[in-house]
Amino acid sequence: MVPPLITTLICALFFLLSSFVLAQESPYIVTYNHYLEEPGSLEVEYFSTFGTQRAGKDFHAFWMEFEYGATAWWTTEFYVDGQTTFNDSTIFTGFRFENRLRLLQREHTVNPIFYIEYEQISAADKILKEVEGHDVESDYAESNAVLRCERDHELEFKLLLSSTFKGWNVAVNPITTKNLSPSEPWEFAYAIGASRPLALKALPNRCNFCLENFVAGVEMYGGLGDTQSAGLHDTSHYLAPVAAWNLPSDWTLRLSSGFGLNGNSHRLLLRWGVSREFSGFGEVVRRLFGGRP
Amino acid sequence: MTSLRDSFSIGVLFAIGVWSVAFVGARSAAQNDDALHKKNSSTYLALKDAPQKAREKRNPFQGDLEAAAAGGKLFDQHGARCHGKKAGGTRYGASLLNEEVQRATPGTLFWVLTNGVVRRGMPVWSKLSEPERWQVVTFLQSLGPQSPKTGTPGPVR
Repeated sequence: MVPPLITTLICALFFLLSSFVLAQESPYIVTYNHYLEEPGSLEVEYFSTFGTQRAGKDFHAFWMEFEYGATAWWTTEFYVDGQTTFNDSTIFTGFRFENRLRLLQREHTVNPIFYIEYEQISAADKILKEVEGHDVESDYAESNAVLRCERDHELEFKLLLSSTFKGWNVAVNPITTKNLSPSEPWEFAYAIGASRPLALKALPNRCNFCLENFVAGVEMYGGLGDTQSAGLHDTSHYLAPVAAWNLPSDWTLRLSSGFGLNGNSHRLLLRWGVSREFSGFGEVVRRLFGGRP
Repeated sequence: MTSLRDSFSIGVLFAIGVWSVAFVGARSAAQNDDALHKKNSSTYLALKDAPQKAREKRNPFQGDLEAAAAGGKLFDQHGARCHGKKAGGTRYGASLLNEEVQRATPGTLFWVLTNGVVRRGMPVWSKLSEPERWQVVTFLQSLGPQSPKTGTPGPVR
């Protein structure tokens, strides 16, 4: 039972945050481009991944993201992950804290962003936000009771390289991850994406179904081995058509169906997500701390 | 024991998150009018950073009322929070009715929109497509008291 005071406060917060802006979000679920959150804006996102599992039970993994634009060159994010393995259980699997920093002030042909993430997750985490090193489908075949016993503390680094030309965005993310346990090797991975809005010119009227609101593309991601055993053997890879629908009411819907490209991959990762951007969140915080309107 | 440690870690990270938001919010609160003036001035200075080649770019939608209206819609969605509903400026973004902005060539405005003024808080807007950025430029240039480009007085909405 939620106390009425808390309900009222939550409603008041949403009311205060009622001056929204349209999010112009990319359709990628795994790949990052170089666009950061607008300063002072908070984006709240929910994502689901339904995955098939050979020699095990299918699952539904989910995560919440809170993404805040601290400045025009720094975005910080907090994730909370969980999953349901069908005919097994539903568990909380960990959290992630990430930061993205814009390295160059202006727009260039290729724009680099430095990404650093700390994650504390269990081996039962199945959101597959990154597929790294020698991650393969059989890693997830055990029951939740077994998988959740292994807990990982990892640091993940990415260089987000992204370019936009003639409406097309192309993004390439080399990834390296270090499990903070000293015996664990550095793992490598990649994510590549390309996308384009369905229309490049905006219509003068406000509309939900204008082509300019839809972005479609494709992304590919997978592991590249680790420092002890680099290469493509025992790695999994996915190809995923992606689409996003940016609504004028500040909601964004994303859909992606990832297909495993080899025998080590899940056959299908069906993902969808919904997000809403709250512009002026920083201003609300400032007012809470006594700033002038 | 593990769950206790996890809970503690989550608590610490949540506290860091709250602190970060509070820090940014509080820092904004510390801005006074002088700082705002300085910020606006530096934004206008960014207009001078545009390279000659960029300044000379022609607006493909020059004088196009429909493009100005579409640009107005995009401005409402993306720019009004910082620059104000009527583009007159707020504590977060400079006035776009100012002479410096209104006198700038379309190419200069397009360049600033594309590259942002990142250190001063204006993000890059290249995530809007090139035609959309030109539509915003067309809208901004229609805001002048008597726009020679469109021949219409005041904002086109």
